Amino acid sequence: MADIVLKNVYKRFGDFTAVKDLNLNVFDKEFLVLLGPSGCGKTTTLRMISGLELPSEGQIILDNEDVTQKRASRRDIAFVFQLFALYPHLSVYNNISFPLKTQGIDKKQIEVEVQKIAKLLQIDHILKKKPKQLSGGDLQRVALGRGLIRKPKAMLLDEPIGTLDAKFREEMRTELKNLHIDSGSTTVYVTHDQVEAMDMGDRIAVMNHSLLQQIGEPHEVYSNPKNLFVAQFIGSPGMNFLEMESVTSDGKVLLKFTGDGTTIILPDFLEEKINNKKELSKITWGVRPEDVEIVPEGTKNSLRGAVFVIENMGNHKIIDIKLKDGTLIRVRELPKSKLRIGDNVSITFDMKMVRLFDTESGDSIVFQE
Amino acid sequence: MAEIRQYKGIKHYLVIIVLISITVIMMIPLFYIVNTSFRPWAEIKSYPPKLVYEPSIGSYIRVFTARTVYPSGTTPSDEELAAMTWYEQIVYKDTNEEVVRRGDFPKRYANSLLISITTTLLTVILGTIAAYGFSRFKVRGEGNLLFFILSTRMLPPVIVVIPVFLMYRTVGLNDSYIGLILLYTAFNVSFAVWVLKGFIDEIPREYEEAAMVDGYTRWETFRKVVLPQSVTGIAATAVFVFIFSWNEYAFAFLLTRNTAQTVPAWLPYQMGVLGYDWGAAAAGSVLFLIPAMILTILLRKHLVRGISFGAIRK
Repeated sequence: MADIVLKNVYKRFGDFTAVKDLNLNVFDKEFLVLLGPSGCGKTTTLRMISGLELPSEGQIILDNEDVTQKRASRRDIAFVFQLFALYPHLSVYNNISFPLKTQGIDKKQIEVEVQKIAKLLQIDHILKKKPKQLSGGDLQRVALGRGLIRKPKAMLLDEPIGTLDAKFREEMRTELKNLHIDSGSTTVYVTHDQVEAMDMGDRIAVMNHSLLQQIGEPHEVYSNPKNLFVAQFIGSPGMNFLEMESVTSDGKVLLKFTGDGTTIILPDFLEEKINNKKELSKITWGVRPEDVEIVPEGTKNSLRGAVFVIENMGNHKIIDIKLKDGTLIRVRELPKSKLRIGDNVSITFDMKMVRLFDTESGDSIVFQE
Repeated sequence: MAEIRQYKGIKHYLVIIVLISITVIMMIPLFYIVNTSFRPWAEIKSYPPKLVYEPSIGSYIRVFTARTVYPSGTTPSDEELAAMTWYEQIVYKDTNEEVVRRGDFPKRYANSLLISITTTLLTVILGTIAAYGFSRFKVRGEGNLLFFILSTRMLPPVIVVIPVFLMYRTVGLNDSYIGLILLYTAFNVSFAVWVLKGFIDEIPREYEEAAMVDGYTRWETFRKVVLPQSVTGIAATAVFVFIFSWNEYAFAFLLTRNTAQTVPAWLPYQMGVLGYDWGAAAAGSVLFLIPAMILTILLRKHLVRGISFGAIRK
């Protein structure tokens, strides 16, 4: 078990830079999730930690040892692949014991270790089968077993449950999390699914366009996104965005909704943030569905709209309000809400939870370090 | 429903009839050769051919022996007759000949086996390693190299027979095992690289990466992960290469005389004192067919998968 440090790491493939200037600390025993859309560099990062790719620049330190130029086989790291990569010609037993066989451990010891792991993962009844005969979940467990048996310094998982069906995914999430707690191994987990990331990660590192966007605990990246990308990538349903312009009237800064010209009076702490950045005029107003309130039409400091779609999710409803210019705002309501499609309503916002972004750069104006 | 089933039934039988007809047509030459090899000496050239006859292994004995005819008017004495082995008696009864020594067939057969097996092993080993290299590493000028390798197959080998003959004569490779093995290997490696590259391309890299992360070197990974998974491709390639070198006629005919002569080059020369011995030629052919048949049957599972390779995408 060990911590992993990446210092100013770059990875280039020809003209394409897959990872740019990445600085990342993974703490001992931590479960870190690398989250991002496909092609954002998260898998490349994982492969660099494993040694399957060597960085073009920068340094990788594993357990206080510089392993930047070390090949995968010398790093003592386990890697679970997206499609598991279980050797099809070997039985489950031989798949799991494969990593031990190269270490010259005697057969009896290997058997003891395999049995131990198999019990932990509840796969002791399928040890004689070939991977072809296994279900997705069992494949997953065997792949994990093969990783864990060596007691590696770190476990790296590349979208390991992406191919399973939805219900099973939920189960595996819990199982993986428990397994991480039991084994206490430093884990880096790559996924493009923000639900998975929020659910499993001790911390989440969000990547996009080869750059690390933000790293933090799940609630941090959720409620305090550093930029527009993180804000829209995390959360389901996603954050609502409104295009605003800052205007000054009577010495006070107001925001004007470009859609219908309605101005919104800001609380002091938001006004101050905007004042600090005088040159800004275009501002994106971000607010999560649970921080919007539907109020009777004509309430002060509100935006007008009409109910457009109602999605009943059982324990809550998601109501889409169509504003005058056509912008849709999704609102999370209690299931007992009596609203009907077509109702004219107004919406107000929980000002403490509103996130403001510089529309041009995408950076948050209200980000708290 | 009933009509559909009936229609299906007819179609089913039609397919079977067509398949049987094709099989029969394809089997006729084989049947003819086997049949000829078991005909007694007197029957081989009889016209019209008799359909029913007593099978004889005389032809098989003749292909294994060298014989001379008793001078006309002389016959072996009763003592000599009694001292003859069973096969000498058969030869005497059939053709009035005396067996003088063992024939060349076993030696030619051994030559064929030695050359074909060595060629197959060499080709498969070289081909697998080269294909792995092309499949997994960035090789400078990969496209050109692969084309170059393939280009050796673009002309029929017969075209280079004469130049090869002259070159071999200069360097002293004429009528040598190494000469034929080198030549056959060179011709087949290109084929092997292309076929095996396809197979290895299909094996996901993740398997190797998993093994490398688990502490195996590149070479160990190749042996323990890639090789077992390319068995099908290797088997299919091996069968094709073996059959090529086993059957090869033109080079064997021109480049070998004695030491390294293979069966295809030797078999046509069954001219005896009594005219061309069709029986012995047929018997030799039947025996010659056996190894290729055994190999094909043993590896048929891999072969079918190997031939239909690429037809089905997973």
